[in-house]
Amino acid sequence: MGEFKVHRVRFFDYMPSAIRTMAFNSQTERLAVARADGAVEIFNFNDNFFQEKVIPGQDGRATEALCWVGHRLFSAGLNGEITEYDLENLRPQYTVDAYGGPIWTISSNSQGTQLAVGCEDGTVKIFAILEERIQFQRNLNRHKGRIISLCWHPSSAQIAAGMTDMIKIFDAETGHATRRLLVDRAMGASKNKEVVVWSVGYLSDHTIISGDSAGKVQIWNGLTGTLVRTYLVTKWDVLSLVINASQDESSVIAGTSEGTVIQFQFISSTVDQHDKEWVRTRTFRNHSHDVSALAHTDTAVVSGGMDTQLVVRPLLDKVEKNTQESALRKIAFPHRSLVGCAKKAGLLLFQFPDRLELWKLGESEGHVCLMYPYFVCRFLQGEDHICCSALSACGGWLAYSTVSSVRLYRIQYNNTISINKVSKLPKELRSVHQLCFSSDSSKLFASSCQSSVIVVAVSQQECRYLHTLKHKTGEWKARMHLLCASDDGKWLATANTDCEIHIYNLHKMKLHCMVPVYNSCPTTIAIHPVTNNLISVHADQQIFEFSLVQKEYTQWSRRLQAQGLLSLWLERDTPITHITFNPKNPDHIILHDTYMFCIIDQSLPFPELNAVLWNQMTLKSLPVSQRIGQSHAFKICKSFQHLMCVSLLEDLSLVVVERPLLDIMSQLPAPVRQKKFAT
Amino acid sequence: MAALYEGYTLCGLVPDQNLSSSGIQGIEEERDRDHVVVTDSTRSVTLYKVSDQKPLGSWTVKQGHKLTCPAVFNSQTNEYVAVTDNKVIRIWKEDDILLDKAFKATVSSDVWKVHCTHGGEPVVLFQRGAVRLLDSLLAAPQQPIEEVLAQEEAIRWSTIIVAETQQFIIITTEQKGEHFLYLQRLNPNSVQRYRLEREEPGLSPLSFSATYRDKHICLLYLYPNGHVYQSVLSVRGLGTEEGVQALPLPRSLLLGLPVGDGQLEAASAMALDEAHVAVVGVPHPSAGGGKDFLCIWNTNFQTLQAGKEIAGKIYGQLWSYSNKVFIPHGKTLSIIPFECPKSSLASALGKLKHTKTEESKTPNSVPSWNNILHGEKAQPSKSAETRRTRTTRKSQSTTNLTTDQVLELIKTAPVEEIQKEVEGFLTRAEFQDLQPSVGQLALTLVSRSLADPAFYSSSTLAQLVHTRCLCHSVCPDLVLLALEKKDYFLCQLCLQFFPDIPEAVTCACLKAFISIPDVDAEKVSLEPDSVEFMENLITRDRAEAGLQNGFSPTSSVVNDRQTRAEDVKKKASAPSQLSCPVGLHKAVLINEILQTPYSDTFLLPHLKDLSSQHVMLFLQYLQFLYLKYSQDAFPQMEGFRSPSLSQIMDWVCLLLDAHFTVLVMTPEAKGLLLNLHRFVKSQVRLVSELGKIEGSLQELRKMKAKESIGQYSIEIIELF
Repeated sequence: MGEFKVHRVRFFDYMPSAIRTMAFNSQTERLAVARADGAVEIFNFNDNFFQEKVIPGQDGRATEALCWVGHRLFSAGLNGEITEYDLENLRPQYTVDAYGGPIWTISSNSQGTQLAVGCEDGTVKIFAILEERIQFQRNLNRHKGRIISLCWHPSSAQIAAGMTDMIKIFDAETGHATRRLLVDRAMGASKNKEVVVWSVGYLSDHTIISGDSAGKVQIWNGLTGTLVRTYLVTKWDVLSLVINASQDESSVIAGTSEGTVIQFQFISSTVDQHDKEWVRTRTFRNHSHDVSALAHTDTAVVSGGMDTQLVVRPLLDKVEKNTQESALRKIAFPHRSLVGCAKKAGLLLFQFPDRLELWKLGESEGHVCLMYPYFVCRFLQGEDHICCSALSACGGWLAYSTVSSVRLYRIQYNNTISINKVSKLPKELRSVHQLCFSSDSSKLFASSCQSSVIVVAVSQQECRYLHTLKHKTGEWKARMHLLCASDDGKWLATANTDCEIHIYNLHKMKLHCMVPVYNSCPTTIAIHPVTNNLISVHADQQIFEFSLVQKEYTQWSRRLQAQGLLSLWLERDTPITHITFNPKNPDHIILHDTYMFCIIDQSLPFPELNAVLWNQMTLKSLPVSQRIGQSHAFKICKSFQHLMCVSLLEDLSLVVVERPLLDIMSQLPAPVRQKKFAT
Repeated sequence: MAALYEGYTLCGLVPDQNLSSSGIQGIEEERDRDHVVVTDSTRSVTLYKVSDQKPLGSWTVKQGHKLTCPAVFNSQTNEYVAVTDNKVIRIWKEDDILLDKAFKATVSSDVWKVHCTHGGEPVVLFQRGAVRLLDSLLAAPQQPIEEVLAQEEAIRWSTIIVAETQQFIIITTEQKGEHFLYLQRLNPNSVQRYRLEREEPGLSPLSFSATYRDKHICLLYLYPNGHVYQSVLSVRGLGTEEGVQALPLPRSLLLGLPVGDGQLEAASAMALDEAHVAVVGVPHPSAGGGKDFLCIWNTNFQTLQAGKEIAGKIYGQLWSYSNKVFIPHGKTLSIIPFECPKSSLASALGKLKHTKTEESKTPNSVPSWNNILHGEKAQPSKSAETRRTRTTRKSQSTTNLTTDQVLELIKTAPVEEIQKEVEGFLTRAEFQDLQPSVGQLALTLVSRSLADPAFYSSSTLAQLVHTRCLCHSVCPDLVLLALEKKDYFLCQLCLQFFPDIPEAVTCACLKAFISIPDVDAEKVSLEPDSVEFMENLITRDRAEAGLQNGFSPTSSVVNDRQTRAEDVKKKASAPSQLSCPVGLHKAVLINEILQTPYSDTFLLPHLKDLSSQHVMLFLQYLQFLYLKYSQDAFPQMEGFRSPSLSQIMDWVCLLLDAHFTVLVMTPEAKGLLLNLHRFVKSQVRLVSELGKIEGSLQELRKMKAKESIGQYSIEIIELF
């Protein structure tokens, strides 16, 4: 295959934000994760844990709690507001101020008719959930001290509220507190420190389970208000606690400051004994820092916290062993590309939540670096965080968007660099989800609300709205999360989270065709510059090639489907986030995930099902004459790890942007002190 | 760790009205460990079979008479001896029904007790301290009996002890608050009087117990304040002059038992073995003030090992025969089996499974520190597995006996039956459960073999060793027993499977192996694998060597060297033929020694005991091995247990260290020493050559280390 010059870039100091809270919707199998910067991410557990939606954050929006009500997602935070999200257009739909100071917790009743929030001023406020909005109903009796945690009884008649030093049970009807459960403080030196009930759960048999800052998980009888059992699980805080409420309520997990997740199960302690009790069963240790967010799916424990990784730990008694399903998953990086690459100009654009950085790559003669990469400029964004960005191939144009506005810049490089903001943008460009320049940098495509694509012509003189592309149905449709224009300027492909891929003819400005819908969401798409075939890679790791001209899957794609991909390929747990092509050799498709990049050579046979997928070492050891017989279409390179981007420049050198996980770990604050041997 | 097991009742008691005494005068062992004679405090003597909890016979004296001493069993004549009304000695057999018709003899002085050891002649102890053998007394019953004790001196307790072949009567007496101890030797008679040190005024010992071990008599006595003292009496050097003068008896505080409030009243302490003491009537340290406990204390570590609450009043009486405690309490006489295994590491670790059976994943072989520290999973040994499956087929018919039953069986049954039952037991037992029981089986087998010279079951022991659940510390006498019985196969197995054989024993084995005549050695059957290895080594022809690592030594250089080596050999003439200096089987045994682990500081002193002939022979053999290994580029043949080259060299060095001065002076050793010197030279040369390339090798390692990658670099990769 040959040699490649590789620009190995490690100066993209992307830092994911800590996971603050999460909520799992067992009907739709969607997990909503709120990060410390206010961003909310939606993962689809039915589709290989694909991160299908990201709602960008906002400065000052400290989300403390998330709550699903049917398909609707609510959040509340320390800014005192309750927010409902527009999950189609990926932005807050509206916010309501609760007028109770910072909100610590939010919880809906089982019918989905009422929302309770716990406020700093000690009130529990009940909101009625209406069709398009929520409406304040009343306060429960006010008490001194903030409400930290809330949980409705499944019958919706009572609410348990965790506070400092106590748990109170309210009658949801009358608003009176009916029981007061006093929580013991920690022993020893911290005796004088008040104990905070960080989390509380309420079971249908009126058992209350609480986790507190003294490191205890306590089981209470809610009817009599008596303490049944105390488990001291950590020296630090039990920060989070969830019940598998969608099932039989027989399992509870608690996350601690030490990074452990501890499972408790309602089982009989000895075989053939019928009276069950809550027993501490398993301990998972997948985090180095606070576990502040937990979710309990039917088959797995999902946890996240300070160390920014989302960990899905299948419960081995619920899944089949030694399958892909039973594998531990750690999701550390977003499932989309945060790096833009101008292939002609050798520029890299790094997208951070609050800023963009533009870098010029170095030049070299062989190994000798002639010019080091240098920093071009930084674009600081204000309050709203950036949701998408694009850099034209020539490097002359840069566009980015927040939930509310789009910015476009003209960048000129003649001895000095001049950057001009294009001030007058057409009013159609307001709220977009994805941006893309045509390869000749004359057009900007933006996916907008209502599943439409806005085409804008950009030139030195002006920025002019051309057209809005819509498919015929014209109905309310999911947003486009991927855009891709062909090199010859004729085609535009769009993909949405309903797994549909549409092809538009840009010459005629109308829909050309629709690729047959596959049941897994496309993670990236690209149009081949020579053959005009569309390559799509999906969350379940399948690869398709679709001929735009013939409107059908190509022979190669059919052969690949007929033969099937190797299980090693299918079992990778990070999605392919970027595809590029080799302009010199049209048979080469370059794609990458977090742990490897792969060059698919379409001229070579597919690997046999029993073949070694990663065969570079064997090939290297063979003499040249024998390599042909041994090689197959997948050339995988794992020398670079935790890839954010792999792209091929026009001069055929590879750009590899790495962000080693260790670097991220080293920037995290120190974890809580734990006693180790001899310390 | 010692353990008390579930007890059972032997018989009911008829205690006094005021519950001051239990109604039992004494319990004596009868013909074997399973039979006891219980004498009650009034009129009857009963013979019990302990395992069946069943009376086999009972004898009663007439109304108006009274038994004044516990009946004893004279195993020489199978007769029972008891004393009624202090002066009438009665002797009867088991089939005598009426005691009144049995033999009677009236003596002239009051009898305190009749003592009898198993297999020994009964001894009559009179209340005034005189001692007579029963036979000599009966020859003239009315003979005058001298007074040994002073006025106002009264016997408090007495016992008989057999030390080697000597019988000793131990008597403790009290005189005006002072306590004395008489050590009376029989045949020839001599007596020594000791004075016990005073405890706090007014306290007199509650109980005594005497045991014989290591040529000393250990006397254990308990005071009401909970102090348990031990005094050690030497049986040698007993003063020949009559002990008029009371020597002070040195004592050491063995245990300070918790007494709770008040002082002990009815309590008793008894030594079970050198490290364990059974105590009854003393409060359990963690159970408040109640004194109804039977406890086993470890005196080495001062720890409570086992405790059991005893229902009903405790009379401070305690007997112990064959790992069972006999204790009267309330209205019953209970038997509580106990176990005091030696505190070896292996048994301490094996104990885990006793308490927590449900989570037991106990190691299936002898635990070693390596396994524990480095978490290597102990693999059940293949040979043991196959052996077990093999034996499964063989012994379907045998009855299923428990460990205890097998243990009992071992004590009495003939060799063939034991062999069959042990085999059956090993087949049935779960592999995890084997470890403790195999240890017990081996211990009892060995102790029986030691006690009974006619008894020896080689195959059963070999089978037990083969389970790999044994180690030397569990059964320390096994190897020496095998040596004594000239069971070299078992020796080989032990050397192979025991990880913890002391250097002294290794050396003893070595000495024994070297000194076997070759003719005898060839008769021994040994492990076929190791024999095959040695055969290969001895008869090996150079042509067979074939390819080594795909390299056949045909190049001229090698040939050249070979011819040169041949020349050297011709000059040296004697070793050139490379004949093995010892016989095949002897060599196999010595190989086994070479492979046992040792520590040279401990081995050296024992090595020095070897005679110079033996050293010469051994060195010659080592030289032979070395030459074989180095000349043929001899491989450590796959699958065979064989000593490694470095082990051979280590032994050569050790032997030379130990015997160099002797060897230098021995003319025959000169050639040998010269040869060995040549080996050393060649080794030194090899090491120096290795040293030369060390630098290059280290560079290779350094090259592997990845240079750290900066923020940006341009690299070239190649894809194929």
